[in-house]
Amino acid sequence: MKLPLRDRRVSGWLFMLPLVVVNAGVVLVPCLFSIWYSFTDWTGISSRARFVGLKNYANLLDDPEFAGGLVHNVLWTAFFLVVPMAMGLFGAYVLTRIRRFRLLFRTLYFIPYIVASVVNASIWRSILDPDTGIGDLLHINPLGNPDLALWSVEFVNNWAWWGFLVVVFLAAMQGVNPTLYEAAAVDGAGALRQFFSVTLPGIRPTFAFLGLMTVIWSFLAFDYVYILTQGGPAGSTDLLSTVLYRDAFSNLQSGYACAMGVVMALISSVVVTAYLIVRTARKWEI
Amino acid sequence: MSTTSGARATGLRGRGRALAYVVLTALAIFAIGPVVLFFFNALKTNGEYAAGSLGLPRSWRWDNFTAAWTQANMGAGLANSAVVVLGTAALTCVVAGCASYALARLRVRGSAAFMTYLLVAGSLPAQMFLMPLFYMWSRAGLYDSRSGLVLIYCGLFSPFATLLLRSFMLNLPREMEEAARIDGAGEIRVFLRIVVPNALPGFLTVALTSGLSAYNEFLFAVTMVESDAKMPLSTTFFSFQQGFTQNFTLISAAGFIMIAPMLVLFLLLQRRFIDGLSTSGLGGV
Repeated sequence: MKLPLRDRRVSGWLFMLPLVVVNAGVVLVPCLFSIWYSFTDWTGISSRARFVGLKNYANLLDDPEFAGGLVHNVLWTAFFLVVPMAMGLFGAYVLTRIRRFRLLFRTLYFIPYIVASVVNASIWRSILDPDTGIGDLLHINPLGNPDLALWSVEFVNNWAWWGFLVVVFLAAMQGVNPTLYEAAAVDGAGALRQFFSVTLPGIRPTFAFLGLMTVIWSFLAFDYVYILTQGGPAGSTDLLSTVLYRDAFSNLQSGYACAMGVVMALISSVVVTAYLIVRTARKWEI
Repeated sequence: MSTTSGARATGLRGRGRALAYVVLTALAIFAIGPVVLFFFNALKTNGEYAAGSLGLPRSWRWDNFTAAWTQANMGAGLANSAVVVLGTAALTCVVAGCASYALARLRVRGSAAFMTYLLVAGSLPAQMFLMPLFYMWSRAGLYDSRSGLVLIYCGLFSPFATLLLRSFMLNLPREMEEAARIDGAGEIRVFLRIVVPNALPGFLTVALTSGLSAYNEFLFAVTMVESDAKMPLSTTFFSFQQGFTQNFTLISAAGFIMIAPMLVLFLLLQRRFIDGLSTSGLGGV
């Protein structure tokens, strides 16, 4: 062992071996299996799987649950690109503008992010409750009404998320050169103008990276829907992930669920590729 | 906010500053208020809860916490979570530590492509590989086991942990390592004796963030662990919450017991948490 370790090219891959093995076992190999099984009628119980060609993918096209999940995922992504991003940018920008208690506010905003999703769901289930909580005061049933349920679940998820964005945006904004603000102020730019012409351009890489992550993570969203509504009422909160989970583990259509997973991965890889191209062209670091 | 036009870069004046503090306080109440209400609900009687879940308790029933602890089986859940969290944190540090050293210091062929792979692998939807992983884990005897869960979490968290530790190591001075190499130390020795001690803050960040993610994780915990005796806290609490007797005061108490350890740890070590989580992007939406 001593000799090859002296050679840095060999020892380099030896140091990476544990990561390669764990990653292959948990991510890469199951992904390759998933691609293969997506062309089969695999039930997920035994290893028996018959090749059925593109049948699963063709079936996706006229599956109303898949279509509904896709629409809800797009709405979900739009919500998370707008609401938490706006709250995060706003909160962070106001924090850069004050001198006292900045760290205290930052800590308080971050706390919901460390609350486990199962507990967060319980917290808001009791606050929104139609008999005892806000639902009672406003005479609505936020999680039980098909017109409100998706918004309500997004709202609950966002409660745990926006503070994280405040913290990340704040860190990025503190890296913006302060003389740019002074120059803008001398030119007569107000706080709003300074935000759009100094702050936002200054944090563009962070902003783009979080936009990318929002799109990717929106397609992964699972916990809150599964815990709060199980996709209901009447499928109004079903996401691709919950439809897939049901098909795989309740309906024993694992091959079909694999096809759905592959489509989800394709969507997110298109987004990642677009980001990587832009990143290389603009020479960003992350 | 036009009062700021004459102000310097940082700091608002007069009405603008007052308004800023009002807005920031409102956001703080939005962030913390629900947790406080949850704590109040944990102290109510069932009758009080049924009358309203938004107010103060009148009787402050602290024994709800002990009742929740036994009825929800929180002790076993906490012990299982401790095993899973410590195992995940330790294994992720080892796996990501070794790999990041190679990527930061040893000129490895194909390292740029490998890092792109890590970025892509780290952002693949878990649903894509969930079913084959479930099947592989049942075949390998890793289904319904805490070590099986630790392996999965390590596989999920180590790509971003590696990228984070690598950027941390790139900022460390190289002189001590070169001196050790000239003295005849091999790479393992240089790594253990010089790089690991210098990179300890980075390792602490990775341990904290991967531990927190493992503690809160739900999808794999609910899919991969079936028996009550092995469930981590997240699914222990979930099954209590889904149970037949919907006792919301006890559910609130159990939930508060679950988040309390992480709240304490976060308040003690918040800079490490915030640095790690805000640069690694370990968590999901």
